Amino acid sequence: MTTALSAAFTPATLDYVALLPVLIIFSAAMLGVLVEAFVPRTSRYLAQVTITLVGIVAAMAALAFGAVTHRVSTAGIAGFNGTVKGSVVIDGPALFIQATILLFALLAALSLAERFGGVGADAFTPMGAATPGSPQEAQARKVGAMTAEVFPLFLFSVAGMMLFPAAGDLLTMFVALEVLSLPLYLLCGLARRRRLLSQEASLKYFLLGAFSSAFFLFGTALLYGFAGSVYLPDISAAITAQGSAFQGLLVPGVLLVLVGLLFKVGAVPFHMWTPDVYQGAPTPITGFMAAGTKAAAFGAILRFVYVGVDRAQWDWRPAVVVVAALTMIIGAVLSVTQTDMKRLLAYSSIAHAGFILVGVLSMERDGVSGVMFYIAAYGLTTIAAFAIVGLVREGGSEATHLSQWTGLGKRHPWTAGVFAFLLLAFAGIPLTSGFTAKFAVFKPALESGTAGTILVVLGLLCSAITVFVYVRIIVLMYFTDSTDDSVAVIEPSVFTTVTVATGTLFTLVLGIAPASVLQLAERASQFIR
Amino acid sequence: MNQFPWLTVIGLIPLVGAVVLWLLPASLADRAKHIALGASLVTLVFAVAAALQFSTSSTSKFQLVEEHSWIPQFGVSYALGVDGIALSLILMSVILVPVCLLAAWNDLPAEEAHRERHYFALMLVLETFMVGVFAATDVFLFYVFFEAMLVPVYFLIGQFGGPRRQYAAVKFLLFSLAGGLIMLAAVIGLYVQGPGGADGFLLSKLAGIQLAPGTEKWLFLGFFIAFAVKAPMVPVHTWLPDAAAESRPATATLLVGVLDKVGTYGMIRFCLELFPGASQWATPVVITLALVSILYGALLAIGQTDLMRLIAFTSISHFGFIVLGIFAMTSTSWAGSSFYMINHGFSTAGLFLVAGMFISRRGSKRIPDFGGWQRVTPALAGVWLLVGLSGLALPGLGSFISEFLVLAGTFQRYQVVGVIATTSIILAALYILLMYQRTMTGPKPESAAGTPDISYREKWVVGPLIALFLILGFYPKPVLDMVTPAVTTILTSIHVTDPAPAVGAAEGSTK
Repeated sequence: MTTALSAAFTPATLDYVALLPVLIIFSAAMLGVLVEAFVPRTSRYLAQVTITLVGIVAAMAALAFGAVTHRVSTAGIAGFNGTVKGSVVIDGPALFIQATILLFALLAALSLAERFGGVGADAFTPMGAATPGSPQEAQARKVGAMTAEVFPLFLFSVAGMMLFPAAGDLLTMFVALEVLSLPLYLLCGLARRRRLLSQEASLKYFLLGAFSSAFFLFGTALLYGFAGSVYLPDISAAITAQGSAFQGLLVPGVLLVLVGLLFKVGAVPFHMWTPDVYQGAPTPITGFMAAGTKAAAFGAILRFVYVGVDRAQWDWRPAVVVVAALTMIIGAVLSVTQTDMKRLLAYSSIAHAGFILVGVLSMERDGVSGVMFYIAAYGLTTIAAFAIVGLVREGGSEATHLSQWTGLGKRHPWTAGVFAFLLLAFAGIPLTSGFTAKFAVFKPALESGTAGTILVVLGLLCSAITVFVYVRIIVLMYFTDSTDDSVAVIEPSVFTTVTVATGTLFTLVLGIAPASVLQLAERASQFIR
Repeated sequence: MNQFPWLTVIGLIPLVGAVVLWLLPASLADRAKHIALGASLVTLVFAVAAALQFSTSSTSKFQLVEEHSWIPQFGVSYALGVDGIALSLILMSVILVPVCLLAAWNDLPAEEAHRERHYFALMLVLETFMVGVFAATDVFLFYVFFEAMLVPVYFLIGQFGGPRRQYAAVKFLLFSLAGGLIMLAAVIGLYVQGPGGADGFLLSKLAGIQLAPGTEKWLFLGFFIAFAVKAPMVPVHTWLPDAAAESRPATATLLVGVLDKVGTYGMIRFCLELFPGASQWATPVVITLALVSILYGALLAIGQTDLMRLIAFTSISHFGFIVLGIFAMTSTSWAGSSFYMINHGFSTAGLFLVAGMFISRRGSKRIPDFGGWQRVTPALAGVWLLVGLSGLALPGLGSFISEFLVLAGTFQRYQVVGVIATTSIILAALYILLMYQRTMTGPKPESAAGTPDISYREKWVVGPLIALFLILGFYPKPVLDMVTPAVTTILTSIHVTDPAPAVGAAEGSTK
């Protein structure tokens, strides 16, 4: 009996060093859940913040250790061999994106933990289950309740994000997708202020997310029908062999999986959720979502497209070219008409997703490093920008309407100055990371042929449109006089200050001296197939 | 040839000055403008010292060369170097900055004194980018400076300009950025077509590469449109009158006198050197547009009622001359255009800054609000006449020589064009003399009684400018000697020869 089982079942060989960063984050999240159950309310905030920060830093250390000790010296590829029988592949791109996500997580956790002198994290409601405006809610506020469970939820999401770009088969990818998404759905609904808007965002995100997950699964099923396997290398081999009995399932399968992935990055026409969710979610979560989800999802897109279905690119690429073009145009044009800062940044994030897609479509190794550099640069700028949005208040609640930012430059020169700088980075002005990043994705695209050239020209025209949007905010902050001084920047604690300072510093450094990070991205750009 | 990084230092001093201004403690805030002026003067000293290192007989194309790898993944180097054209433009810029700072000394009223350091720091940052853009010998680096310099100007107009400053600042930025982004596509495309590698953006690597004619035309257009917006040529000139009219005179000087030169400089350095075939293909259209700019700018200048707009339109006309000279592609016209860029910088500075002195006295930019001021401020009116005459290219002043060289050089190749362009000399006399007549002559206005005449500070603003008009008018040899080798080198490298027996720039210098 036992021999028969062992013959049929070969246990997976796990490279625990390679998996350690993800495991650490999962453990920290579990620990957080236990804290929530057993630690008294008064010390929960401190315990949760400590666990979260220590967990992320430990995962970073583990990742750095693994990257250094497991380096494969041949062909300049830094990375590990596949682990867990190829279901999780920790190679160069996976490592780079995981490191990026951990950095985002660290900054986002700091901004999440901002209390502004209150008892719990300022952005979150004291009691998520209470009806907005109900007596229970008032009661919860009175006794000093807080939703400290946002920290373990946040960590689960981070772990999902780390797994997503490392997934070597479509089912693991799906699991990672859900692990990253479900906590985010919840976190979106927990805003302290404007709770109905927040709950609407949460529900909308959940419904549309579930819908897109279904697309993803359906695509996976079709690809399984085509290749007889969900492993990306097997799908690739089946495309080359052209021996499948169900050749017709390939293109629909690829497109359906891409729908699920493109939904997560907010590409047109799967972008409808973005503005509502960005606006309704608690601001630190919006920042984290904009940076982290995008990084993870583009990591997964890169792996799926470059490892799994690159040999069939002539079949699916035209469709994605159209998506990229639409994403840039619609993101840029609609951001012009926005009057809410968070919605504006949401549309700008759609346009940026379009720019990144241009890099993905180059189908060159340069494109991989360009995309990875772009998501790192964009994410750091975004987290800092949303952290600043969370600081500008009128009467205690966030002043997100553009008119409320009028004349901010005169009253708060430093905050407005930093925000203006970040906006210039979004606009892609040289000497900011935004410019370097755009260059990094547009160069391989231009090298890749006519479609790439057209996309680049289109991308540059859309950049010109988005510049108008950012410049308009600078005009509001600096060139318009305002007599109303009820809008003020509240004094941030050291947490938010560190987030904003780090994000801004990276935005500057990646603009002036990007060579070392670009080199890292380039060395980490080879997928293990 | 020497190890000292002259160009980097010249570029860095103003930047350091700007940082010092921003970090200045509040107790020293009223010293901000002194520090700014000091930094710009130190820059000038270093620039003159660098110019003394420059040899006009050198055989190498660029001198004072610095080259370091910057972003090898993109093929980008931090590469600086100057030839005669670039060096003369850098010298012009670093001379104009202290003059402008001095002119801007009392621009901000006392209640806005706390913004003063910001105002002066922005101008210093702009100086850094101006030096960088003329010194860059790497196409990517040039692009970085080209775009980055928009930001300080945008803030200078938007924060310190006139009533319609928001509109003017945004229009300026959008026009420039749209042009710049088109150029970015061409910049990347050029690298893709070139040899590539870790230093593939160096001009030396890209000059003379073989391009398919179609590709060459597209790349040429990408660069040319950006430069035409910058220069500004009709029909993409409309941002300039707004920007100039809404900015402070010192800002307008730097904008029109220096920034716009990047457009014409770029045409020489990039369009013609990198895409000689496409440049010849485009010549008929460009020459036509230049001619239109010359005449249209002059005609509109005659019709203006706003002093600053009038000067802006004269500049559009003058830029037409510079572009005409460049695309006539004779050694005479090129020497003329290069020299014109310098003279136009100084004479526009004179016009804007002296106009600014009148505007601050009268409190209005409208020409009908003046009249008879020659009796109120006689010395200032005399200065006004002198800078005006420089603007209309009176013989004996520097601008005459350059205009003559451009026309003579153009005539060698395109007789009809040369003749038509010459008529604008009459128009120039009209717009300048009419302006003088309307503002200065007539009965003494009663309301202006007691207005002070030119002050000690203002004498220091106009003194250097008038001295330069006269020096360059009577003894242009140093500048012409500096630009001629560069002109010859470029024209030889793109295989263009003069149609008639070479007249040479030396003839112009003896006039």
